[in-house]
Amino acid sequence: MRLDVEDLRVTLSGREVVSGVHLFAGDGEIVGLVGPNGSGKSTVLRTVYRHLRPSSGRVLLDGDDVRELTARQAARHVAALPQERGTDFELSVREVVAMGRTPYKSAFAGEDPEDRRIITTALEQVGMAADAGRGFSTLSGGERQRVLLARAFTQQPDVLVLDEPTNHLDVRHQVELLSLLREHRRTTFVALHDLNAAASVCDRLHVLDNGAVVASGTPREVLTGELLAEVFGVRAAVVDHPLTGDPLIAFDHRAPATAVPLT
Amino acid sequence: MAVLSPRRERDTSAVRAGLVAAALAVALLVLLTVAVSLGSSNIPVGQVWAAVGRKLTGAAPAAGTSDVIVWQLRVPRALLAALVGAGLGLVGTAVQALVRNPLADPYLLGISSGASLGAVAAIVFGAGAGGLLGLGLSGAAFVGALLSFSLVWTMARRGGGFSPLRLVLAGVGIGQFLSGITSFLVLQTADEQQTRGVLFWLMGNLGGAKWSLLTVPALAVVLVGLLLQSRARGLNALLMGDETAAGLGIDVTRLRRELFVATSLLTGVLVAVSGAIGFVGLMVPHVCRLVVGGDHRRLLPVAALFGAVLLVAVDVVARTALETQELPVGVVTAFIGAPTLLYLLDRRLEK
Repeated sequence: MRLDVEDLRVTLSGREVVSGVHLFAGDGEIVGLVGPNGSGKSTVLRTVYRHLRPSSGRVLLDGDDVRELTARQAARHVAALPQERGTDFELSVREVVAMGRTPYKSAFAGEDPEDRRIITTALEQVGMAADAGRGFSTLSGGERQRVLLARAFTQQPDVLVLDEPTNHLDVRHQVELLSLLREHRRTTFVALHDLNAAASVCDRLHVLDNGAVVASGTPREVLTGELLAEVFGVRAAVVDHPLTGDPLIAFDHRAPATAVPLT
Repeated sequence: MAVLSPRRERDTSAVRAGLVAAALAVALLVLLTVAVSLGSSNIPVGQVWAAVGRKLTGAAPAAGTSDVIVWQLRVPRALLAALVGAGLGLVGTAVQALVRNPLADPYLLGISSGASLGAVAAIVFGAGAGGLLGLGLSGAAFVGALLSFSLVWTMARRGGGFSPLRLVLAGVGIGQFLSGITSFLVLQTADEQQTRGVLFWLMGNLGGAKWSLLTVPALAVVLVGLLLQSRARGLNALLMGDETAAGLGIDVTRLRRELFVATSLLTGVLVAVSGAIGFVGLMVPHVCRLVVGGDHRRLLPVAALFGAVLLVAVDVVARTALETQELPVGVVTAFIGAPTLLYLLDRRLEK
């Protein structure tokens, strides 16, 4: 399913934090949203999974405005993995994953065999089937994220929206999580801090700065030394990754970018 | 080593919850019998059931006073204890999910204080004089509960943020303030008899139980219980956070509003019939979560049953612990509840 964000504007407490953003993700594409802190990445994503209402502009799923769907209908198309991290309420891994069926169930309906099959499959896809009975709060950060991804899979969405899914994870867990996105590919919108991860995982990148899109395209087109200096304020060289051939950003960690960017 | 398949896992936890519920239902029946049997004059269990049977089949009551004691005094009281306990269990569970804080309870959050103030104002200004099966009193308590809950919530959310600590502090602060006004109102009433009555009731008291008083709380417990059960998936989603809930297709604002009204309504009705009974709403969901887990589809019915069992038992203790007089139920729940709260705090700090 194709996702379009058209001329999106969002105002929070009287301040416009997203001003006229155009984005899209083609069917089955993994699209990254990158940008400095406060550039509006999370805000854009929140309008896609309907936590925030845009002051103007539209979010379209195959051309249909998500605001014209009911919340339940929208949740059958779009699943979100926000930055919220869990709870202290004694929920088991399976119970957390089962929440993904919420938009499909009426008030008093229990789980049917179909629900169980979907939940089991999702747990297997993220490699957590053996941990179904464990308490969610006893999991490590990497395990939690995989369980939350399984919950999103259980929603059987056409579009997956993830807000910094690799935050606070060690490198191995970052790689595991991102490879799951590629393995079970569907239209994906993901905000990422790690530009090298974005360069190797995403088919397309949109760079946000100050609530506006400043560059869009393939990682190779977008991630240049000039852009990194201007938007992120860092000195970096972009080279080819010796193992994968993806763009690899080599940062100069000793000093921020000077006025004249170097490539 | 065999690994349980997820399917088996769900089945076992559902079966477990079913067994727990069945055990609690049996325990409730046994305790209700004991509660009717014990008192200033003990009535043997056989006679209790015989008296209830005669009443239900319309047979003539046996000679003597025991049928009257059983049917007019003790059965309604035991049933009121069960209803109030079930209601407190439900309210506690819902409020904890609503504010995403396992230490929340209508008493700690000042909701009960608001309800008490409403009820006392109704008594003092004469609006609650038993009319309409106590609807006047319940209505005033409901309004008080809703206002205080909204006030606490607004204070806790001020500035957009939302911290559990701020919520509890706001609840305690506003609760104290409202209790102050309540005390002032009570002292203003010249009638000493009435003052003593109101104070005793404020401490949590089931002594006013009679058949005519049961209708409103029974309706409230059943209706709010059904509403909460129908929102069980929404409550689960709220535990993970508002954004997650929105992403799962839940209208969070509307769900919150429903829960606010429903929990305030039930708290108001409960306070109107039994005063402010503390700690039950805190303890019951906690204990039940440890046994059947946090999924509200299972947690809500089990919490209602356990609340009923607990309060029937507490009321037996309250009635029989002292030879000379009855203890307010709230005193007994405080004796059990305060140490439990401290234990839970300690356990959470260790995490």
